[in-house]
Amino acid sequence: MESWRRNPLVFWVINLPPSLWLLFFFLIPLGLIWIFSFGEKRGVVDIEITWTLANYLRAMDPLYLQIFAKSLWFTAITTLLCLAVGFPIAFGISFAPAKWKPWLLLAIILPFWTNLLIRTYALIAVLRTRGYVNFTLEWFWDQGNWLLALLGLGQYQLLGAQFEALPLLYNNFAVVFGLVYVHLPFTVLPLYAALERMDSSYIEASLDLGAGQFRTFFTVVVPLAKAGIISAVIITFIPALGSFLTPDLLGGTDSQMIANVIERQFKSANDWPFGAALSFILMYATFFALALRALLARGSSSMEAA
Amino acid sequence: MSVADEATPAPVLRRRWRREAIGPLDYSRRLWLRLTFLAALVFLYAPIITLIVFSFNDSRRNIVWRGFTFKYYEKALGNESLIEAFTNSLTIALLSTAASVVLGAMVAVLLWRFRFPGKAPLEGAMALPIVIPEICMGVAMLAFFARVGWPSDLIWPFNLGSIIIAHISFSFPFVAMVVRARLANFNRELEEAAKDLGASEWETFRDVLIPFMRPGLVAGGLLAFTLSLDDFVITFFTSGPDTVTFPVKVYSMVRFSVTPEVNAASTVLIVITLVLTALAMWLQNRSGQKAEELG
Repeated sequence: MESWRRNPLVFWVINLPPSLWLLFFFLIPLGLIWIFSFGEKRGVVDIEITWTLANYLRAMDPLYLQIFAKSLWFTAITTLLCLAVGFPIAFGISFAPAKWKPWLLLAIILPFWTNLLIRTYALIAVLRTRGYVNFTLEWFWDQGNWLLALLGLGQYQLLGAQFEALPLLYNNFAVVFGLVYVHLPFTVLPLYAALERMDSSYIEASLDLGAGQFRTFFTVVVPLAKAGIISAVIITFIPALGSFLTPDLLGGTDSQMIANVIERQFKSANDWPFGAALSFILMYATFFALALRALLARGSSSMEAA
Repeated sequence: MSVADEATPAPVLRRRWRREAIGPLDYSRRLWLRLTFLAALVFLYAPIITLIVFSFNDSRRNIVWRGFTFKYYEKALGNESLIEAFTNSLTIALLSTAASVVLGAMVAVLLWRFRFPGKAPLEGAMALPIVIPEICMGVAMLAFFARVGWPSDLIWPFNLGSIIIAHISFSFPFVAMVVRARLANFNRELEEAAKDLGASEWETFRDVLIPFMRPGLVAGGLLAFTLSLDDFVITFFTSGPDTVTFPVKVYSMVRFSVTPEVNAASTVLIVITLVLTALAMWLQNRSGQKAEELG
């Protein structure tokens, strides 16, 4: 690496275009939203910047606090489920034969490269009232009835008079299901990276010394993979918290997340200052999660060094 | 392994299908782990595969198989607004990729080569488009283009300008990341040798650095292309009624109903993305192997 003074011309030629682009087409738009969040709505498109905190106070209204709580709740469940499913997967891959590893990993990541919208749309076909899950259940219901009729129990209607489809779509369940579906690859990757680096002789030693598989898992594997677990949690949590498409397409009226409220402020409700304030609250939450990760990563690495 | 097999023939015969007992560390051979993995694969792939399969199904109900057909592909091809949206998406992806590769390569070389005041803040700022929620970037772009009074009634393809700009903003930091990873393996002596032999700054850049970066540039470019083609949220906020992209069009179709036509259109997009991703991975793998051979 050399000092920029040694070659100022080259430095400025390769520095200015990307820096200016980032400034004009990213930082200034973000700054604009930040300023808007302290503004007041005057008419349809007019926003007067009065440096009021009213928009942030309005976000503390129970109605919106409830949506924040719901978003956090959905995201937390999603993260936990992803971790619960992702850990065995990452663990299995990291102990698989070397020539299989890249392919197994690819199999998990590949869906991630499919368009998010298409994956969400695919879930609608699976979960809706006339979707594959309910269709399969109905088939089982029919077979069950047929079997009962065969046994001479047909007239009692033991399985109900009619097949009732499970309400799987347009509710909270669908949103969490969709979020797990979308974010699972995010969780597996950092977990795999951590488990792959782990020295398996620790596990061997623990098993040799008489600890069972469970005890070894919780007292050896989990602490050793701590950094990877933290990364996985944060990397799943951040995008899940800002999800727009999943709750929008799979959720019902009471499963809105923050991003849906933000979208409404900018599109139909046309209250930009409030939408801007909500965006920045979401952004601060993201930064907080990132800072937490950096802090925890530093803590665990200093522990490793010690 | 074969030696062990010969030494203990009896157990081999008894459990031919499982040549050795599962050791305590053979986690990948444990049944419950295999089942979990299998269940995860079913969970991840079943929806996508059924979507693809039913795009060939000769029934509008989309649930019972009634025979193979291409008619929904023909229908999708005949849908003018869908084709227009697709053309828009490809145009946006091509133009934003070209710009992202140039800007991303500049950032990568800048951060790799120079020490300068304000480097850490610049690195942080370059990571921002990658980490902030898409919705925040989307509304920021919406507010920005509305505020600066960006003209929305230009002729094609200039009416796509705002979307292209937004796409460049979120993809060039990704390109920079990929190219920088590639540059980390660069042997600076090559550059010094070129300069010693009388090459100018530009000639060194063109004949030494660019050829070395090329796999990274191509992989980064394919990544930018995929990101642009796939993006819905940010485009949703920057597109107008005349500048509908493929995902935005599919979104409006999905909201309306689940039809095999959407399945067909989605399948086309899945195939394009998969081919591009495979190409990017193959290139990156190849460049990694070459770097190992050289090193």
